[in-house]
Amino acid sequence: MEAFAHQVIAGLATGGIYASLALALVMIYNATHHVNFAQGELAMFATYLCWTMLNAGWSYWAAFFATLAIAFVLGAAIERIIVRPVESAPVLTVVVVFIGLLVILNSLAGWIYTYTIKSFPSPFPAAPPFGSHLVTSHELGAICVTLIVLLLIFLFFRYTPLGLAMRAASQNPDSSRLVGIRVGWMLALGWGMAAAIGATAGMMVAPIVFLDPNMMAGILLYAFAAALIGGIDNPGGAVLGGFLVGVLENLIGAYVIGTELKLTVALVLIVGVLIVRPAGLFGKVIVTRV
Amino acid sequence: MAVLLEVRNLRAGYGATQVLHGLDFSIEEGSITALLGANGAGKTTTLRALCKMVRINGEVRFAGERIDGKSTEDIVRLGIAHVPDGRGTFTSLTTEENLRLGAFARRDKAALAEDYERVYRLYPILKERRGQQAGTLSGGQQQMLAISRALMLRPRLLLLDEPSFGLAPLIVKEIFAVMREINREHKVTILLVEQNAAMALNLSDRAHLLETGRIVLSGSSEEVKRNDAVRKSYLGY
Amino acid sequence: MEAATTTTTLAPLPSEKAATRALPFSRAQITGAAALLVIACALPFFLSNYRTFQASMVLIYAIALLGLNILTGFNGQISLGHGAFFAIGAYVTAILMDKFGVPYWVCLPLAGAVCLLAGFLFGLPALRLEGIYLALATFALGVALPQLLKYKHFEGWTGGVQGIVLIKPDPPFSSLFGLKLNPDRWFFFVTLFVTIVMFALAWNLLRGRVGRALVAIRDHPIAASTMGIDNALYKSLAFGVSAMYTGIAGALGGIAVAFVAPDSFTIFVSITLVVGMVIGGLASISGAFYGALFVQFVPNIADQISKAAPWAIYGTLMIVFMYVMPTGIAGALRLAWARLKRSRQDNTAA
Repeated sequence: MEAFAHQVIAGLATGGIYASLALALVMIYNATHHVNFAQGELAMFATYLCWTMLNAGWSYWAAFFATLAIAFVLGAAIERIIVRPVESAPVLTVVVVFIGLLVILNSLAGWIYTYTIKSFPSPFPAAPPFGSHLVTSHELGAICVTLIVLLLIFLFFRYTPLGLAMRAASQNPDSSRLVGIRVGWMLALGWGMAAAIGATAGMMVAPIVFLDPNMMAGILLYAFAAALIGGIDNPGGAVLGGFLVGVLENLIGAYVIGTELKLTVALVLIVGVLIVRPAGLFGKVIVTRV
Repeated sequence: MAVLLEVRNLRAGYGATQVLHGLDFSIEEGSITALLGANGAGKTTTLRALCKMVRINGEVRFAGERIDGKSTEDIVRLGIAHVPDGRGTFTSLTTEENLRLGAFARRDKAALAEDYERVYRLYPILKERRGQQAGTLSGGQQQMLAISRALMLRPRLLLLDEPSFGLAPLIVKEIFAVMREINREHKVTILLVEQNAAMALNLSDRAHLLETGRIVLSGSSEEVKRNDAVRKSYLGY
Repeated sequence: MEAATTTTTLAPLPSEKAATRALPFSRAQITGAAALLVIACALPFFLSNYRTFQASMVLIYAIALLGLNILTGFNGQISLGHGAFFAIGAYVTAILMDKFGVPYWVCLPLAGAVCLLAGFLFGLPALRLEGIYLALATFALGVALPQLLKYKHFEGWTGGVQGIVLIKPDPPFSSLFGLKLNPDRWFFFVTLFVTIVMFALAWNLLRGRVGRALVAIRDHPIAASTMGIDNALYKSLAFGVSAMYTGIAGALGGIAVAFVAPDSFTIFVSITLVVGMVIGGLASISGAFYGALFVQFVPNIADQISKAAPWAIYGTLMIVFMYVMPTGIAGALRLAWARLKRSRQDNTAA
């Protein structure tokens, strides 16, 4: 029973990471109707930047917040410079650009930091909280960080004028322009925020899986699954989907199929959701009239 | 009275198709002007051209300043509010959020409370349903919301695209009455695009008739109403 | 920067205008093709073994890219996981050759058949996935594949992480018209033969009813079905045929490299195929060759520019091409040719 509880809680911890990345994906999807295939690599790259700062002697939280700021700027810049020119191009063109980004970031990380695995510190103590057997401090800490980030995002979109403007811009760009919203900048902002959220995910997962240029590929897959399960246009759904997928991954890995086929599990989840219920649990079902 | 909007040789189109072939007209501050014409004449395109939502050639001056080179967002900030055809409601947001967005470009946030009051006084139903998702409002209510959203900008010029479209006659009467009040009480200049020529000519001071992208008749609304061709083609008698 | 807008000028279907002629080729085209064939046959005797191997790889990529193009370029179904079929073709061939001693020339059609079936089966659920969602699903397939190939319960067949080592087949005769043959040269001719056959089949398929149906489904699926086209059947068949082509290419590739292992088939193979297709030119048969040349030689060039980050150059080129030449090399050539013809017409008319 204890082993089961531990799997569930560990699943929630990784689930929080999937939830964050899935949220980033959904934010960009809502704003642009594009799936950002490079989201994982952006997060990985940001985490490497954090590692550089830590190596230079910065304290953890200073490096953490600096990384968020840099990731934000990087995301916004990528949107304005690289994505903007192909905004209204056919799907395949956009996909190729995103894949190109993925490849560039992955390669740059490998070049600058080499492919040797590095360890990445956790800001949380090594000893388990309250001497518990069920959860490590990092797992608990990661869950808390995820929840704080999600809460802040929710409050931002719900209660701030800028958040309202961003929601408006993604729903109805024409009407948004008519009330004076600079839609282009809202998109850049969305990308920046998504990149920062992805960076949190990267920094929370790196202590567990170790820092390596290919560390986010599998996590990206799970984030895709989470976003699809929750509904690709539903942020809350993405978050729930993330936690669900995290727990499922652990339980299936521990009790059904072993831990060596995790990516195949993600693949099956993705294909399964897309076939059985493409709108996910909470997404809008789009009916196209002929 | 001063000229608020001056348009010279306005040309506009979509892609390879040119829709407006050189419009010339001006609007005096404080007046209500009607833009009439059949379907496809270019009325909606004219309003969109003024807001730079389509590519244009020609000169457009607002309060003496050239705006044909500016972007939609900047034009809005100068005090031009556009109620597009189809209302342009943010359907997934609440009524109140729609109104809040209308005030997005405002600098003087202090006067906002006053404007909410004004809008709710004009359309009490909006106050009642302010927490409701805007997409679930009826057509007439959404039109009220669209106009209110435009008013939240405290515009000097209000552009309205077919406000009567798809609405019951009683509701249309109400909306037109509100427009008269906005113009008289709050000194908002109005440019109104309408297929319902009769109501538009009753409300407006001046009118222009558009046919296939050209202005073919201009004058005071009284004159236009009495014009034989207009009577036969657009007023039905 | 204004890049591709919603309509791009894609290649007209092969020989639409030529269909009216008695022979579907102009004399110039026939002479050109014959010349190319002679050059191709002569190549291996002038190049080193390594270069001959590279030439074989170009042909192999061309077949693979043609396969992907049938699905994505002509039929509009985006696949970011076609490396999976490349891998299946390679592994089927390797297992048959290594475990069962099947001769390579039997393995090729067998690998093709397995991939045809696999593609068709994958195409069935894919019917319900549009655009970006299909891209997502196939991307997941591409990422998950190496792990699946390494799975310990399959190790008996796949050789696990170490993979399977193959022996390049010996030429059946030691010389041809007095010119010496060796395994690399012989394999080049085998590949050349397969390439010609596959391209001829594809050309024939795509210029007829099937090709038009595929394009109709890509451009206006609803209109296509109202015209009586069975969308589901054509789309699944497109998947199957596409997989078969890439699978046969994979089979050839496995033999050429004489080695198959899970880490040879990462997501980067799938990405390479997409890049080659897009840069060569969507919905273009000749585009497959331009793409293959790009994919085979540009990484080498990128490697020389930056030893450590060739893929960064690759990625940058991908993005730049999307801004500047979204219809690919084939598309750019076609535009240039059309402009040349128009200016010639203007000159004669003037």
